[in-house]
Amino acid sequence: MKKFEYTIKDEMGIHARPAGMLAKEGKKYESKITITKEGRTVEASKLMALMSLAVKCGQTVEVQIEGSDEEAAYEGMKSFFEANL
Amino acid sequence: MECLKGKSVYKGVAFGKISVLKKDDYVVKRVKIEDTQAELQRVEEAVEASKQQLQKLYEKALKEVGEASAAIFEVHQMMLEDEDYKESIENIISTQQVNAEYAVASTGDNFSQMFASMDDDYMRARAADIKDISNRLVKNLSGQSADVMDLDEPVIVVADDLSPSETVQMDKEKILAFVTVHGSANSHTAILARMMNIPALIGVDMDLEALHTGTEAAVDGFHGEFFVNPSEEVKERIQRKIEEEKEKQELLQQLKGKENVTKGGRHINLYANIGSVADMGYVLENDAGGIGLFRSEFLYIGRNELPDEEEQFQAYKQAVQNMAGKKVIIRTLDIGADKQADYLNIEKEENPALGYRAIRICLAQPEIFKTQLRALFRASAYGNLSIMYPMITSTEEVVQIQAIVQEVKEELKADGIPYNDVEEGVMIETPAAVMISDELAKMVDFFSIGTNDLTQYTLAIDRQNEKLDRFYNPHHKAILKMIQMVVDSAHQEGKWAGICGELGADPELTETFVRMGVDELSVAPSMILKLRKIIREME
Repeated sequence: MKKFEYTIKDEMGIHARPAGMLAKEGKKYESKITITKEGRTVEASKLMALMSLAVKCGQTVEVQIEGSDEEAAYEGMKSFFEANL
Repeated sequence: MECLKGKSVYKGVAFGKISVLKKDDYVVKRVKIEDTQAELQRVEEAVEASKQQLQKLYEKALKEVGEASAAIFEVHQMMLEDEDYKESIENIISTQQVNAEYAVASTGDNFSQMFASMDDDYMRARAADIKDISNRLVKNLSGQSADVMDLDEPVIVVADDLSPSETVQMDKEKILAFVTVHGSANSHTAILARMMNIPALIGVDMDLEALHTGTEAAVDGFHGEFFVNPSEEVKERIQRKIEEEKEKQELLQQLKGKENVTKGGRHINLYANIGSVADMGYVLENDAGGIGLFRSEFLYIGRNELPDEEEQFQAYKQAVQNMAGKKVIIRTLDIGADKQADYLNIEKEENPALGYRAIRICLAQPEIFKTQLRALFRASAYGNLSIMYPMITSTEEVVQIQAIVQEVKEELKADGIPYNDVEEGVMIETPAAVMISDELAKMVDFFSIGTNDLTQYTLAIDRQNEKLDRFYNPHHKAILKMIQMVVDSAHQEGKWAGICGELGADPELTETFVRMGVDELSVAPSMILKLRKIIREME
């Protein structure tokens, strides 16, 4: 299992559109990817669940990746967060 | 006449007939079915059809209102693909053996309930999006047209609430205003109204059943008023206001290409403040004479490491090239206080406004400063670039800056990289800088007065603190006297002085500033033509 923490820089937080892009990105991999904020964990591939976390700018989330392609998924998610959030 | 109050999300006025949009009375019926497989298949097909419609709406919105507002239809498509949402529909069909319409409607209710109960305003507003996609699915399932609104003549659209897809489908030419019972300032209706420049009132407490399409009405977005069957008096007032607004816009457009000169022949430069290269369009559109404040922070904020020289060089070069010879004044890094970049690891401070910020960071960490200066001087070879240093309090700081600038120039020379000797100025935003402006004027090429910080430091009032609003007087004599002092100090040495803070855009003071001898006002692009008008009308 691999994981990293990320503090949201986007002013709007994980609002609808990046959440949609994130869900799309999450679906690309075999691995199970989860996002945790303040003890609540949701699957990255589920848009509405992601939105329900209501992650704001400046808040930190933990991203956990577990599965056959976790190396690639880890790199992919990391660069997605840095580029979009 | 009935006068209803609401919250205005776009200031404007309108008069015309209303068109009441009532939500369909179509009630989804719960029907037992035998063949669940066939129902699931119907859902698949309806999802596909909905996605195609949304793609079309996305393309329409993209053309009419731009990428940012069109994005919601992309999000709607993604929501339709949400696993939880789909699973819920499928579960209801399979376990309860009911029709697809019912399964979609109750799933939509559940999910929108969930969003409606969140504490976050933005997310609460998303409940409307879920209702919107669910209604679309139900309509597609039941063979109704999911697309609405064919308007013959321009109308004031009155509704309970408007979904993004309803708003964007409307023919913009046919809408005079929006008036809704619900909706928030964050809703897409509000955002679209602003983009489309259509007056809009939300949160109007009205009974839609009592209103009829075709009734005369007037909307006053300046006062948040909606008049049904307006009296002759109100009608006249609104009509006058409409004419005024129209004339104002037309007049402003005619001022493009004209000089900022008073009747007495005094000339003043009107420049624009911008925060990124992406704002350049507004600068040119509004006919600014140059850029008076280019905040370089955008290059530093919202990322994980410092921007390197090449990246900065490209951005500055693009800015000066776009302005094709017009002046572009770039302010060096002004980070700290309310603007933070995590990677700089600035410790939490008791008093960030009086803390480690702007030029103080640059002088304490000269490697950061030198990278930016190298990029700026390299870009100077491509256009009319000037550099401005923020948060100056002493002449020693200017001496230190000049030494670093000298080093940078020598390095560039040694590397054989071309650059120009540019105009260098300082921001006057501390009372200290005002008091020594006579000395500073001997050392630099120009002054730009940052009135936001200057006011906060002079009046000892934190502008973020709402409790202090009653004590805050932006027209305080102390500030005006300081501005006069700075302008006089500059002129004494044959230098120029401008204002780039919010006060510079205050139409009530334009005349005062011109009389004081202020040489330049740098303001939001949308204010340029308005100020030009005031200046040209001055004696």
